[in-house]
Amino acid sequence: MSFLFGFAEPSSVPTSSTVAHSANWFLEYAWLVPLLPALSFVGILFFGKRMRYRGAELGIAAVSLSFLLAVCAGFAWIQHRDNFVLPDAASGAPATPGESYVAVQNSTQWLQSGGVEFGAGVLVDGLSVMMLLVVTIVSLLVHVYSTDYVGDDKRYTHFFAFLSLFTAAMLFFVLSDNILQMIVGWELVGVCSFVLIGHWWEEKPNSDAALKAFLTNRVGDVGLIIGTITLFFAAGGGHTFDTIKINEAIVQGEVGHTALVVASLCLMAAVMSKSGQFILHTWLPDAMAGPTPVSALIHAATMVVAGVFMIARLYPVFFEGMQIGGSSINLMATIGAVTLVFGGLLAFVQDDIKKVLAYSTVSQLGYMVMALGVGAWTAAVFHLFTHAFFKANLFLGSGSVAHAVHSFDMKKDMGGMRKFMPKTYITFIIGSLALAGLFPLAGFWSKDEILVGTGGWGLFGGTGGNGAYTFHLLMGVFGAALTAAYMTRCVYLTFHGEFRGGHAHGGHAHGGHAHGGHEHGGHAHGGHAHGDPHESGPRILVPLYILSGLAVVAGFANLPAGFQLVGDSWTERFGHYVEPYKSSYFPAIDHATPSWSLAVVASVVALAGAGAAIYYYFVKVDRLADQTQQSLTELPDGLSKSNALAGAGHRVLVNKYYLDHLYEGVIVAFTKGPLARAAYWVNQKVIDRTVDKAGETAVLVGRHVYDVVDQSVIDGFVDGSGRVSDATGEELRQINSGKVQNYAAILFAMAAVLAGTFLIIFAL
Amino acid sequence: METITDNNWLLTVLVFAPLVGALIMVLIPQQDEQSHKQVALLTSLVTLGLAAFLLIDFNYGKAGVLQYFADAEWIEVIGAGYTIGVDGMSLPLIALTALIMPLVFVYSWNHIPEPGNAKAFLILSLILETGMIGTFVAQDLVLFFVFFEVVLLPMFFMIAVWGGENRRYASLKFFLFTLFGSALMLLSFLALYFLTEADTFSMLVLTENAGEGIARGTQLLVFAGMFLGFGVKVPMFPFHTWLPDAHTEAPTQGSVILAAVLLKLGTYGFIRIAIPMLPEAAEAWAPWIGLLAVIGIIYGALGCLAQTDMKRLIAFSSVAHMGFVMLGIATLTDFGINAAIFGMVAHGLITGMLFFIAGSVKERYHTLEIKRLGGMLAQAPRLGWILGFVSMASLGLPGLAGFWGEFPAILAAYEPAVGLSEKTFHVYMVVAAIGTVLAAGYLLWLLQRTAMGEPPAEFADDPNITDVSTTEWIAWAPLLFGIVLFGVAPGLIFEVTDPAVGQSLNNCITLTGCEVAEAAASSGSGGG
Repeated sequence: MSFLFGFAEPSSVPTSSTVAHSANWFLEYAWLVPLLPALSFVGILFFGKRMRYRGAELGIAAVSLSFLLAVCAGFAWIQHRDNFVLPDAASGAPATPGESYVAVQNSTQWLQSGGVEFGAGVLVDGLSVMMLLVVTIVSLLVHVYSTDYVGDDKRYTHFFAFLSLFTAAMLFFVLSDNILQMIVGWELVGVCSFVLIGHWWEEKPNSDAALKAFLTNRVGDVGLIIGTITLFFAAGGGHTFDTIKINEAIVQGEVGHTALVVASLCLMAAVMSKSGQFILHTWLPDAMAGPTPVSALIHAATMVVAGVFMIARLYPVFFEGMQIGGSSINLMATIGAVTLVFGGLLAFVQDDIKKVLAYSTVSQLGYMVMALGVGAWTAAVFHLFTHAFFKANLFLGSGSVAHAVHSFDMKKDMGGMRKFMPKTYITFIIGSLALAGLFPLAGFWSKDEILVGTGGWGLFGGTGGNGAYTFHLLMGVFGAALTAAYMTRCVYLTFHGEFRGGHAHGGHAHGGHAHGGHEHGGHAHGGHAHGDPHESGPRILVPLYILSGLAVVAGFANLPAGFQLVGDSWTERFGHYVEPYKSSYFPAIDHATPSWSLAVVASVVALAGAGAAIYYYFVKVDRLADQTQQSLTELPDGLSKSNALAGAGHRVLVNKYYLDHLYEGVIVAFTKGPLARAAYWVNQKVIDRTVDKAGETAVLVGRHVYDVVDQSVIDGFVDGSGRVSDATGEELRQINSGKVQNYAAILFAMAAVLAGTFLIIFAL
Repeated sequence: METITDNNWLLTVLVFAPLVGALIMVLIPQQDEQSHKQVALLTSLVTLGLAAFLLIDFNYGKAGVLQYFADAEWIEVIGAGYTIGVDGMSLPLIALTALIMPLVFVYSWNHIPEPGNAKAFLILSLILETGMIGTFVAQDLVLFFVFFEVVLLPMFFMIAVWGGENRRYASLKFFLFTLFGSALMLLSFLALYFLTEADTFSMLVLTENAGEGIARGTQLLVFAGMFLGFGVKVPMFPFHTWLPDAHTEAPTQGSVILAAVLLKLGTYGFIRIAIPMLPEAAEAWAPWIGLLAVIGIIYGALGCLAQTDMKRLIAFSSVAHMGFVMLGIATLTDFGINAAIFGMVAHGLITGMLFFIAGSVKERYHTLEIKRLGGMLAQAPRLGWILGFVSMASLGLPGLAGFWGEFPAILAAYEPAVGLSEKTFHVYMVVAAIGTVLAAGYLLWLLQRTAMGEPPAEFADDPNITDVSTTEWIAWAPLLFGIVLFGVAPGLIFEVTDPAVGQSLNNCITLTGCEVAEAAASSGSGGG
């Protein structure tokens, strides 16, 4: 019960030197932010159908309030960060306001077992406040967007209920002050994702995708469970889940290295599944089977960054466990680097616009993980922040297009959309440019910081950072070119050329795009099925405007230090308020020095990538299309068709590196098929057979005993059993009258055996 | 040892109230089915009321002490007493039993299984209730044994008479298996009596004695007897094969009772009798118990994946879930045993609920063959959602009750009691964690195949397939509520069991160490 009602109580947790317990109201009561959508979930679930707007109004109201609270918490945090001075500054702590980074923790006892107390509470610092803002704003816009987008869906109320639950779970997760609570949030967002991916569960591909998402994440959760348990026993003198205590213990060097290696490797598995890192990323593109707003909110902007968030939250574990400092290679950075390139390559061969964006998300998550892996903490978290806006923008934009053409297939049903949907087109272009990292949009700043943070750029003095991760820098730069190129392709196929859709719908096979048929489930087709697609309504466009606006300006939140065009007080604001630098629960990382030369080189490479794609699509394909009077999507004699090696590469990409074949065709099929059947065969034919044989033997022995023992004993038994069976009716007697002798005989035989054993024991 | 004897009439009334109801029903003619249902439900509600009073009146500050303790002479010749009491370890299980039974009777209101005869069916259920509650309050080994066996016959008849097609085989198997285990258990009880100087069956005395004066080799044997007796009931791999058959053939109510309460008699025996009374032997056997537990987790899950019948799948999942409970017990830490008790309650609520659902599916579709089912979410959306919800609970989703049985058990395996090999238990921990993946697999595949997709042609226009009925709502709501409540506020159970578990192990083992058992082990080996 304490969990339910005790949140508001001042903490009874022993005060840690770096945790403030009394702070601004909005920081103390930050737990209201997740509570509101949680209440809204319950409200919509039970009363939603009876409400005027079928529950959407409750969800929007709750998330709006949460957003307002998050904004207030943001201001409160800025004030707290600038002005808070440790009460016991005497002990050598810095006394200047703003020097010390002090988190606000507010917790209470959740349960107690085996003499160990488990707390529940909120940990408010720059990182969690930033996440509150991102989650609530994207969630709010997605709510508004959905009222139009799924307006005709027959499970509209249900959809909104789970949007609320998801928002609550994610906010709960980012506010957790201990890992146990994080596990709860982590799994709850997973369930919401499962439910929403499988929103149209009538069709098998959708439910398959939902299952795949959940099960892949469960595989990662094995790592989460074991990693968490390892930390529980290893850190902070043992027996604590408290994030700050664990982090502090590691920073102070009190935790054994082996435990940290084990914990960081295990937790990395969890990150790989949740945040779509190679090789556990395969569920994420499939998750696009869910409604597009869900893809934007869950599978791009918020939930999939849960893994990134966890690394950021438990950074000392990874910093020490992966030995990030002073190195040039480590597992996490390499996983990130491989993911960002491999994901980017996959985005090239997709025909489904959402799948392009999905692989793009995989790739961008790779950037974040790589950044954390090279010690560029702020860069990673900042990229998380900017990515949320432009990726939500792109997803919602793709939904806007799909809403008009009733399909996600760029090659079959799109093309030339800029003529029909100029507003959507503009926002999509802005999002694409931000994603590609064009100066001065958001993606440029955050990607540049990541590249700087690798510390691999020796040219022109832009070094520093935690090591010399040159390989990762190269992968990052290459990834920038890939990003620019696949987004160019995506924009061309969707918005340029001639419109290829408009043919009668439903007549052609949709293959894997079963969801396409649903997104417009209840639409009246007669109106515009054969005519031109048209621009979406305001509830779709306004969120797009806001997000593309954010995609332009979000990057200014963290201008690089020493940026000559603005004053010093304008640079690194994000880092200053978010990064717990010089706090007791954060490792002593080094910050790399920004470099103009790297920014220029990376931009040129990205432009080259875009340029190549522009040349291919906008020049060659377009020209050929003009000549042949056809709407083309690729050159008929392109590289992948004329060159065997390129063709093979293309095939590998189309088959997604054959990972799905390995997982589904080999591992899962083997477990479900031969392995499960073998286990069951053992059960039936070995274990059970033994039991049956033993039973038959016992009966035989019993019969024999029956023949020779005193009749009266057995008669007594029979009578007794008969009396009992009287009470239970005729059938019972029929069943048992023949068997009773057998039971009695067995009983007797057993008693005899037991008596023998008994005697032997006492004789010993 | 300290006991509290206030209000000690309460437990006796609680135990025998169902039996009184059953006696009244004997006097009512068989044709009057309605009266039988009313009396049975009323009796179980009275019992629930008494249990509720117990829950309110219980002194939680002294949850480690036996309360409502009564000790009367019974069979003087052999020193067996009518000794009953309740502490934090048994309280949740009593509450669970008292809660499940009225729900079973509500469900029975219009679900008396073939071939009818509500009178006999309900009387047997009430006798079962007395047996189950009796087992949880007994503080004397003979009394414990009697109650333990009282449970056996009604369940046997329930399967044999009201079961499915293969009921004769299933019921006989259940009966013989359990009887076999019971016999060995009784033998161990007798051995304890004779080998302990006090010449008593009192569980209090025997727990305090903790196996002192019994040679190590003998302790191991005596423990082995109990191990088999309780292990069959749990059921532990490889003594589990009676369970899928019994569950598949039993009527819905029988399955619910079996899953929710009967299986817990075995695990309860481990933590109440076997381990506290013979800690040294427990330490020796623990790695083996742990091994069988994790085998059960994986094996049960694989068995589930191979099933084509929904009910049999749920039955196999019990093998896996009870594996987690046994793993918690095998760590011999108070942390692990707390997790085990939580796991018992959670499994009771969740799997009981799953069997209710299976019964309702069978009633609507007249089959439980997974291949033929489908699209439940479309035809009976609430039923489908409840199945989804309970599946999530069963796979151990945090925030629902199942999690608090699984995760802490895995956690406890990281640091088993001093004297047990950490390496071994680390392996168990990893295997158990992998078991959670398989659990998600079989449950979600079940959900996908039965609830999602379009309804199959043969049922598409079947008027029989209706959504959850009022009776079902009444019977299920408390279980669903409990699953959420204990998932959100696990402290409600942990705080009750913790002191009692600590008390019962206090001369043995805690999370941080086990000096006494260590000393006993060293002196034992020195003396031997």
